[in-house]
Amino acid sequence: MVLTAQEIPRRIQTPLTDEIIASLNIGDMVLLSGDLYTARDVAHRRLYEALEKGEKLPIDLATATIFYAAPSPTPPGKVIGSIGPTTSYRMDFFTPKLIENGLKGMIGKGNRSPEVVAAIKKYGAVYFGAIGGIAALTAKCAKKVELVAYEDLGPEAIRKITMENMPLIVVNDARGNDLYQTAQKKWHVIC
Amino acid sequence: MNMEKNTKRNIRRINSKLITAAVKKLFIEANTDLSADVIASLQTALKKEQSVVGRHVIEKIIENAGIACREKMPICQDTGLAVAFVEVGQDVHVVGGDLRLAVEEGIRQAYADGYLRKSVCDPLSRKNTQDNTPAIIHFDVVAGDSLKIIAMPKGGGSENMSAAQMLTPAAGAEGIKKVILEKVKEAGANPCPPIIVGVGIGGSLEQACILAKKALLRPVGEENKTDERLVQMEKDLYASINKLGIGPGGLGGRVTALAVHIEMMPCHIASLPVAVNIQCHVARHKETTL
Repeated sequence: MVLTAQEIPRRIQTPLTDEIIASLNIGDMVLLSGDLYTARDVAHRRLYEALEKGEKLPIDLATATIFYAAPSPTPPGKVIGSIGPTTSYRMDFFTPKLIENGLKGMIGKGNRSPEVVAAIKKYGAVYFGAIGGIAALTAKCAKKVELVAYEDLGPEAIRKITMENMPLIVVNDARGNDLYQTAQKKWHVIC
Repeated sequence: MNMEKNTKRNIRRINSKLITAAVKKLFIEANTDLSADVIASLQTALKKEQSVVGRHVIEKIIENAGIACREKMPICQDTGLAVAFVEVGQDVHVVGGDLRLAVEEGIRQAYADGYLRKSVCDPLSRKNTQDNTPAIIHFDVVAGDSLKIIAMPKGGGSENMSAAQMLTPAAGAEGIKKVILEKVKEAGANPCPPIIVGVGIGGSLEQACILAKKALLRPVGEENKTDERLVQMEKDLYASINKLGIGPGGLGGRVTALAVHIEMMPCHIASLPVAVNIQCHVARHKETTL
């Protein structure tokens, strides 16, 4: 089997620049290295509320790539416990506001709302899909972990994770394309 | 007279500490050691899948299961809401403590000592309960003098894509199939396909849901053993779901479901309850009998 150019993973680094984002197309396999920030349900609500009140955020949205994830506890001798994406649609309500305020990169799994897809296109952001349920494997990509904010949330706290070659696929690119829709349509069998 | 008869029955005593230890072991094992039937089903799926990306996803899932097992790491970071089915023989007397507390203590210890994620919170404040309890425990009293425990950590992503619906009897088998197909289609990439679809038909609202969950406890791909009509319905649904094109990881492909398992029981003359319980590819359940 010969892989197409898209299927040969390309190495990219965070913080994601406008140039990198513009060069990404849906279906591109990438190996992402650099710092990511974990944030999911409650952390999103807090970030959103802080923006509403005009408060300073604990992370710099303009340079952050957010990973919708909450790891399992770190066993002795490991960098991190198992880690993988949670389903992204639960963050959809909060996401357009984060994007308007500078957020460029998101990592999760599953479909985004039309509002999120529109914000991704308008502000030139990107949404990557990670494979769900391969969390022991993904943990091997984590080289360093640091607690950043909202410690009271336990697994849901915001952590900075330094990743090396984390395998991802571009699901929503800055041109408004959607991989899930395109790929599922391609494989759909009309009865 | 009856009382006297009862006292002569052989009552077997089981210490609650044994139950706690068994529950702890089961939840750690379930979370780190993917069962052979699931792995075999994934290997079959790998042969069936025609999409390159789809095959890549299945390969990674299999590779991950190996790492999790060798390194005693959770297969998925979502180590689940702790669901347990406990079948208590009517000739069992639990000594040394309360049965429910013994099961919950086992779960508490598993999630603490097994480095499993605590994923239970207050529904409104969203404050984490810190020890993954309360658990969802389904007790059943059965004949005999043994105690069977099934541990089923259930992830939130696939549970969120599940549903129950009260159909009209006129909807019939076609109506049931339509509901299931729609739920799977709507779920798309969200519940981490390839999925296992558990279906409960009949009973009451809550019984249909319990049947759907119990259907997920069957070895992956094993047919319904009691009703030919359900075997056919499982085959039909498996075929239609795998035509949807969702594929592994939702990234397009032929393998959206590894299996469809249906359980059924009679219902009210006015009703046709149907429940769909979606299970991600990390189908975890381990059992033991004391």
